[in-house]
Amino acid sequence: MTTPPGLEDRPLEPMTEVSNPTVREYLDEYWTRVKAGDLGSLPIIGGLIVVAIIFATQSPVFLSAANFVNLTRQTGALVIIAIGVVFVLLIAEIDLSVGFVSAVVGVSMTLLLRESGPDWAWWFVIPLVLSLGAAIGFLQGFIVTKADVPSFVVTLAGFLGWSGVVLILTTEFTDSGTILIQDNVVIGIANAFLTDFWGWVLAIVAVASFAGLQMARRLARSRAGLPVKPILIIILQVAALGAVAAFVVAVANSDRGVPMVALLVLFLLVFWSFIASRTRFGRHIYAIGGNPEAARRAGINVDRVRIAVFMICSFMAGVGGIVLASRLRSVDPAAGGGNLLLNAIAAAVIGGTSLFGGRGKVVSALLGAVVIASLDNGLGLIPNLPSGVKFVVTALVLLAAVLVDSFSRRAQRASGIA
Amino acid sequence: MVDGHNGPILELKGVSKHFGAVKALVNVDFEVRAGEVMALVGDNGAGKSTLVKGIAGIYPYDEGEIIFEGRPVSIHGPADTADLGIEIVYQDLALADNLDVVANMFLGREEIRVPFRLNESVMEKRTRETLHSLSVTTLRSVRQAVAGLSGGQRQAVAVAKAVMWNSKVVILDEPTAALGVAQTRQVLDLVTRLADRGLAVVIISHNLHDIFEVAHRITVLRLGQRVALYEAAQSNQQEVVEAITAGTIETVPGMAK
Repeated sequence: MTTPPGLEDRPLEPMTEVSNPTVREYLDEYWTRVKAGDLGSLPIIGGLIVVAIIFATQSPVFLSAANFVNLTRQTGALVIIAIGVVFVLLIAEIDLSVGFVSAVVGVSMTLLLRESGPDWAWWFVIPLVLSLGAAIGFLQGFIVTKADVPSFVVTLAGFLGWSGVVLILTTEFTDSGTILIQDNVVIGIANAFLTDFWGWVLAIVAVASFAGLQMARRLARSRAGLPVKPILIIILQVAALGAVAAFVVAVANSDRGVPMVALLVLFLLVFWSFIASRTRFGRHIYAIGGNPEAARRAGINVDRVRIAVFMICSFMAGVGGIVLASRLRSVDPAAGGGNLLLNAIAAAVIGGTSLFGGRGKVVSALLGAVVIASLDNGLGLIPNLPSGVKFVVTALVLLAAVLVDSFSRRAQRASGIA
Repeated sequence: MVDGHNGPILELKGVSKHFGAVKALVNVDFEVRAGEVMALVGDNGAGKSTLVKGIAGIYPYDEGEIIFEGRPVSIHGPADTADLGIEIVYQDLALADNLDVVANMFLGREEIRVPFRLNESVMEKRTRETLHSLSVTTLRSVRQAVAGLSGGQRQAVAVAKAVMWNSKVVILDEPTAALGVAQTRQVLDLVTRLADRGLAVVIISHNLHDIFEVAHRITVLRLGQRVALYEAAQSNQQEVVEAITAGTIETVPGMAK
């Protein structure tokens, strides 16, 4: 084995004999990465703590259990839609139609559930309208890939077109345009709560699954003779997650309980994180975002993956639309409008997903949405604040998130760990 | 190999390719043996890329035969080339910067654990083994994103990716272009090691200095024709340069025979 001249100063890693890092080495390595700009979720978690402290000092209501539960319910639909947005951003595309696609799905569901209309069962209607959402994604993705039109333009047409469809559908069947949901199951999606008991069960199952997965992974790696995380680190991570879960459930239970929608959001986050990071399909999404030509040469059917991603995005917009309709117990011509689209995209970006593709995690949808909803909720609690301030502050946070991302990436390039 | 262990593993006989009126390749013969480094040289537009793209299955030759391990084969697409055990490392490397070394090595051919989970530990292990077997020891971690690697390290990853699949022929397109002195050294050592392992290596390069360091034989293309085939040990840069710029061609493009 010869070491090429000029490279002796590089640390050599023995490729076959593996030594496991000690806790100290592991933490040192982590700290080195942070210093080099690989911040992960640190800035956003720090930002959330700052936001919580500021609002807690400004309004006693902000940190109350009731407000915490409200915040969770308000954030649900935004997180769900933002998950879909994360996927399109990962392939360096954009979907401007998510707001009104969510409304098309929500309105279609409401119309099909009407007791004076078709009066179909919820278990039939929900899969049906979610398929409609996926079909819209297929249509838009098909045009983007096959006709080679920028997704910005295609989904901008979607933005306009689906807003028109929402208007037509709502005003066609009522004079006021407001259609009420009477189905209790559908209303329950966003308005029901887990009992205290099931809240605890959820927390225990979540923490136990995390611990089990970590240990299974460690075992698989050590069997394959690969370096593994120190066991103490895993114990600390599980303990931290356990503490957070226990705190959340305890606070929620002191009010009305853990909202049902939190369970749905948790399930969707876990499911889509698994798809993105643990499956071949997810790996191909990242590859296409990083270098579409490399993906093509590797034999990946790039067009098929891209269309599938647009379908995921519209599907998740549809799920979000159902949750929104459920929370309001009705739909109206304004459904899907307002800041929904911009907040969904901002959530994904604030959470750390790059607009240039290939970088980001599904969980960034949650982190970003929580920041946006906290600002919205917290600023709303401060008396006599002009409503415009809310937008200005959200804008500054979005800008800060993008700048942190840009600087940390520059630092990573400079230190060679991008 | 049918005709003894020294016969060519990959052989092109009289291949031609034209794009409209442009004759990119005219009746070209080409061969490479197992354990040999064959250099393919020629000026810009001499037909090197066209020749490689035919082997790669990007497009078919208009005429001529491809013989692999003594048997005529037909290549209809990149998958056929990979099935034969021919891997091509392109100049722009085709690596995804945002993915780590392991993910790039297995891109498009990921190991799956039933039902559909990626088998990360197997992939990481094989990546380490392959890099180790090629004596690539300068990577800090195989879980490092490719974006942070030096040019030489990237080339090493691209080559390792090519040889991991039990390939028999590896074609390297300009592997040392845009590399520094130490990096070039690293890659040339790697090329030699590939041949020592019994692979047939085709190296396309403009750098004759590099070529004379690693190549056993040199094929010179000029205006779509093979104008010379040298044993590197019995030739010199001067001779090859003359063939590249003024080698005798049988037919002049654009003129009637």
